[in-house]
Amino acid sequence: MADRRQPSSHIETDVLVAGGGGAGMFAAVSAARNGARVLLIDKNVVGRGGATIMAQMTCAAALGEEEPDSPEQHLIDTLEAGRGLCNEDLAALICENAPKRIREMEGWKVQWARQENGKIKQVIAPGHSRKRCVYVDFLKTGAAISAALRKQTSRNDAIRRLSNFSLTDLVTQDGAVIGATGFDIATGTPVSIQASATILCLGGMTKMFRRTTAPNNIAGEGLGLALRAGARIIDLEFLQFYPNGHLAPRMVGLDPTIWEPTRVKLGGRLLNGDGEEFLQNYGEGSGEQYNTTRDTLAHAMYKEVESGRGSPHGGVFLSFQHIDHQKLETALGPFLEFFDRNNIDLTKQPVEVYPITHYQMGGIKVNTNMETGVPGLYAAGEIAGGANGANRLSGNALPEAMVFGERAGDVAALHAAKMPAPGWNQASARPHMDLIESVIGQNCGQNAGDGCSPANMLGELKALMWTKVGMFRNETDLSDALAAIRAMRRIGLQNLSVSAETIQNTSVVEWFELRNGLLAIEALAVAALNRRESRGAHQRDDFPETLETYQRSQNISLKGDALLSSFAEQSR
Amino acid sequence: MSGAKTAPPDSSRSARLKIWRGKSREDGGYQNYDIVFEEGESVLDALVALRRDRAPDLAVRFSCFNANVCKECTMLIDGAVHYACLAKLKPGETQIDPLPNRKLLRDLITDTLSDKEKL
Repeated sequence: MADRRQPSSHIETDVLVAGGGGAGMFAAVSAARNGARVLLIDKNVVGRGGATIMAQMTCAAALGEEEPDSPEQHLIDTLEAGRGLCNEDLAALICENAPKRIREMEGWKVQWARQENGKIKQVIAPGHSRKRCVYVDFLKTGAAISAALRKQTSRNDAIRRLSNFSLTDLVTQDGAVIGATGFDIATGTPVSIQASATILCLGGMTKMFRRTTAPNNIAGEGLGLALRAGARIIDLEFLQFYPNGHLAPRMVGLDPTIWEPTRVKLGGRLLNGDGEEFLQNYGEGSGEQYNTTRDTLAHAMYKEVESGRGSPHGGVFLSFQHIDHQKLETALGPFLEFFDRNNIDLTKQPVEVYPITHYQMGGIKVNTNMETGVPGLYAAGEIAGGANGANRLSGNALPEAMVFGERAGDVAALHAAKMPAPGWNQASARPHMDLIESVIGQNCGQNAGDGCSPANMLGELKALMWTKVGMFRNETDLSDALAAIRAMRRIGLQNLSVSAETIQNTSVVEWFELRNGLLAIEALAVAALNRRESRGAHQRDDFPETLETYQRSQNISLKGDALLSSFAEQSR
Repeated sequence: MSGAKTAPPDSSRSARLKIWRGKSREDGGYQNYDIVFEEGESVLDALVALRRDRAPDLAVRFSCFNANVCKECTMLIDGAVHYACLAKLKPGETQIDPLPNRKLLRDLITDTLSDKEKL
């Protein structure tokens, strides 16, 4: 244990895993069983923060328990949804290994829903050609996976967990990552961490958008950290909007993604503000079908609202009024009570839904060993880009977290075993430690005044990103947003007012979220500007066509203080 | 979302949040914040808005914000233990305190982690 009277603390480990969601916990377990000592950190609580715990329903794996299926067929569906941009090797890795990870979780007492014959139940989800998605009732898939993994990490003496910890920088030496710096939020203690291998499992950037399905603590920091350390980011312009995100009336205690599984399970009807079904006007089947992929569904809703056929709060209606109360009760069970508490009676009223920020297809460029190209640095889960191309198939995020996490832990542990003692040079960590000390416990820099606070700037960014870098984009909005983000990153951030508190100062946490997150959203804006076409989740009002010349990935890297973009050679 | 046919119905109400603030039980006190809220909004909605607009140094902890899965936003609301994300705002005064049986870190945040997960 560190002595809290010390001004700073130092920890040595073989493998540092940043992020305690599904990918991070799996990486920790995997690294530990390959002989490594692991430090697993989370800004909130290991196993409770992150996006995995919020997943309600679908987890895709070609188990073939309901009907014949194969990883090859799963891959075909994944590539089809990815609109020509999937990294096929990464996608294949997920499809081939998802069944193993599902079985493994079964051994860890995850109660997958069962058929009457005792086999694991698998359901169809939009975009899948087979009944492939496993789940845990009642809409508890992510919670069950998280609980099982949390137990695995807590029972393992080789894994040290550190919650309530903010990671601020990766430490590099001769181009390799040799550890990281951060601070213990409760005490404000700066910490340097020496690690032979570091795995980033820090998810996406949903905190930067006004409405999100993911937890409100993921601000793209991992991408900023990776860029600063020399890693490349791939296809960041593809940000998935979850079509049936809850919009109104205000509903608390339930994830806003509740309506998609409910709609599919019960046969909910999507209606525009005039009370008419509309999906058929966008080349889709009738309202009885539920195989519309997420990008198409989101587009249809946006167009209805844009054409003046929206619901009162600016979305569309989702109605279950044609379904009798008994059937609702059977299908929704305990959830009816939640709706009651929110004064929502589904037999009498529709709810309003509208697309909501959900998942980042792009991310850190990795190979099938989860190596980033920067020695010592790995990435897994949502933060790793490429497997899902321009549009992720429903149900592919959870297997991605598990499969990539397992692989990253495995490879990182081997790397650590080969180089047990990376050269640690405190001088390399010094500037990062100094920065932490300058922000914590004093009115930092010019920030003594009553200027804009980090929370304030995050609020501004949420609105900016939602309106200008959201679901449908154009050159003017993107250029405006890019200029605003750059100004905030280069000037605004330095002028923020951070209160002089050492203990549990959430403003300092936010300051560092902004420092790294602003770099991430700048990369997003740059990527979105450069892709002058519409494809999958990236839709440009000014370039509505999908163009053959753009069927290639976009890489972003940081040179000095500038983000550079380049498109890969066309390979497919 | 400019194409909405009609404006949302105005259901705004007003309330006073009496929030305990400080770094130790002995050295702290209540601050009152008058707020306007929409029907159906949660106490956490109000605390997040306060941090954004008026009290950026107010210490509140949450992760999931809406789904009640992270279980981090437990606090005393009118004297009873609640999740701030589930508790609905009501007109009139609401008193908000940190959990009573935990070490206080600051404002509404108490130490709820097991020792194994701390530095």
